[in-house]
Amino acid sequence: MVTLQTTQLRTGGLPVKEKRSAKQRAGTLGLILPGSIGLFVGFVLPLIVMIRMSFNQHGTGGQLVETLTFENYGRALSDPFYWQVIGNTLWLGLLCGGLAVILAYPIALFLTRTTSKWKGVLIALAIAPLLTSAVARTYGWIAILGDQGIINGFLMDTGLLSGPIRLNNDMPGVIIALVEILMPYAILAMISGFGRLNNSLEEAAGTLGASRFKVFMRVTLPLTLPGVFTGFLLVFVLSISSFVTPRLMGGGRVFILATEVYNEATQTLNWPLASALSVILLILFGLLVAGYQQLTKRFED
Amino acid sequence: MRKALSGTVITVIYLFLLAPIIAVFLISFNSSSALKIDLGSPSLQWYQEMLSNSAFIEGAKVSFITAAVVSVVVLVLGVPVALAIARREFPGKNALSAFFLSPLLVPSVVIGLGLLLVFQPLALTGTYLGIIIAHFGITVPYVIRTTLMSLKTNDVSCEEAARVHGAGPFTTFFRITLPIISPGLIAGAVMAFIISFDEAVISLFVAGSGRTTLPVEMFRYLQYRSDPAIAALSVILILISVLLVVVIERVVGLRKVMNS
Repeated sequence: MVTLQTTQLRTGGLPVKEKRSAKQRAGTLGLILPGSIGLFVGFVLPLIVMIRMSFNQHGTGGQLVETLTFENYGRALSDPFYWQVIGNTLWLGLLCGGLAVILAYPIALFLTRTTSKWKGVLIALAIAPLLTSAVARTYGWIAILGDQGIINGFLMDTGLLSGPIRLNNDMPGVIIALVEILMPYAILAMISGFGRLNNSLEEAAGTLGASRFKVFMRVTLPLTLPGVFTGFLLVFVLSISSFVTPRLMGGGRVFILATEVYNEATQTLNWPLASALSVILLILFGLLVAGYQQLTKRFED
Repeated sequence: MRKALSGTVITVIYLFLLAPIIAVFLISFNSSSALKIDLGSPSLQWYQEMLSNSAFIEGAKVSFITAAVVSVVVLVLGVPVALAIARREFPGKNALSAFFLSPLLVPSVVIGLGLLLVFQPLALTGTYLGIIIAHFGITVPYVIRTTLMSLKTNDVSCEEAARVHGAGPFTTFFRITLPIISPGLIAGAVMAFIISFDEAVISLFVAGSGRTTLPVEMFRYLQYRSDPAIAALSVILILISVLLVVVIERVVGLRKVMNS
């Protein structure tokens, strides 16, 4: 009886449901609004400004001309240099993706199968490098591969070489370092994608007389292929957008979209062109990510 | 024999994966400025050198302050959004959750350039406010993800019970929901701290000629020199990361947080 009265009092005659839902809607808005404004200011607005900037003009005196032109895209897509840059970017992605997958596969297979009590530690050891600074790890590779680095130093000290072989300041160094830096992503993607792998299937194939090679080709590989694909695409996508490693390991001699965006934005101060290159990178990236998501969705079904 | 072979392969790949970290660690104790590994006479001179470099000290200060502020701001603004997504019904819910994860789908260089274009006219480059705004977008997805994970794995019956017994929404949140999801919140905040602390690309774009973070100072230093002072600094950074990773692993499990 008492509760009935209080309900009537609180709702003030309005139907309970309607009043509550209006209040709840306001509450929901209050929950999502501050965060959304934050994300709009720190993420959406910069993208909008950048896309608008890509249609502006870089005046002959270096000043910014507000206009609507496709000139920057025209230049980026007609100049052979930028074709080379886009080609380099995709080539870097393909190579890093492929190599990272080849190296990550045995590790992921091992981590999925092992029953060792160290399994947790081994998984952490394989993916924890992700959370250490990319600058620090790139420095590690400079120290290993540089002209005065560990490998060259060792080879020259032992008299095997008279002068240093160039390992960094060029594409090979960038690829070695990027593969190592991005490999944990491939391992992570593969471990999650290897869920369907089942020891009993492989054992059955073995019992029925298949050789180990045949078991791998006919059972293990097909079952793990989805994980391999997602791992490959993930590393591909991350390497075409990488910047710190190509810049530091490449020593200014490796030209990819990300380094060109940085050069145009901070050295040449050609913001419209930098923006147009960014939009191109964004589109490439978006297409690959969309492909990646389609693929993971299909594999999950 | 077969087992030994596959064991060797696994060990070699692990060594490759950990090579730069091992190299950095060994070189940081060098007694000369050469990059070769010299275990004959270990010294701490590069640690001293690092501590006397004012750019590094200033960068470290900026990085710590930024990362701490970012991890608080991102919790205060991000957790309510996750709460709404997990516990409320409203139109456009899926779009909203996709929106909050979308910064992970845009290359850092692109976000960095966009922020530079917005910040330059407003004189926000090289300021705390600028760096914090810049880091908000790239850290909020992790907080949303870990909070959602905690909210979804804990059922709502406790919260409903509290409401039935007369607790208001605020009381319910602070007395029931918050304690239940706190592991997810801690993991999210620690992830936000690590990402903000290690982020180099976006910070580089918004640095201008003003204040900047430690990774940017390291990046600039490395463009001209590569002596073991950076190795000493890297060792410290790696140790901080390892410490924080252990916290995440203990609280919720590293794999859950990293996997999208």
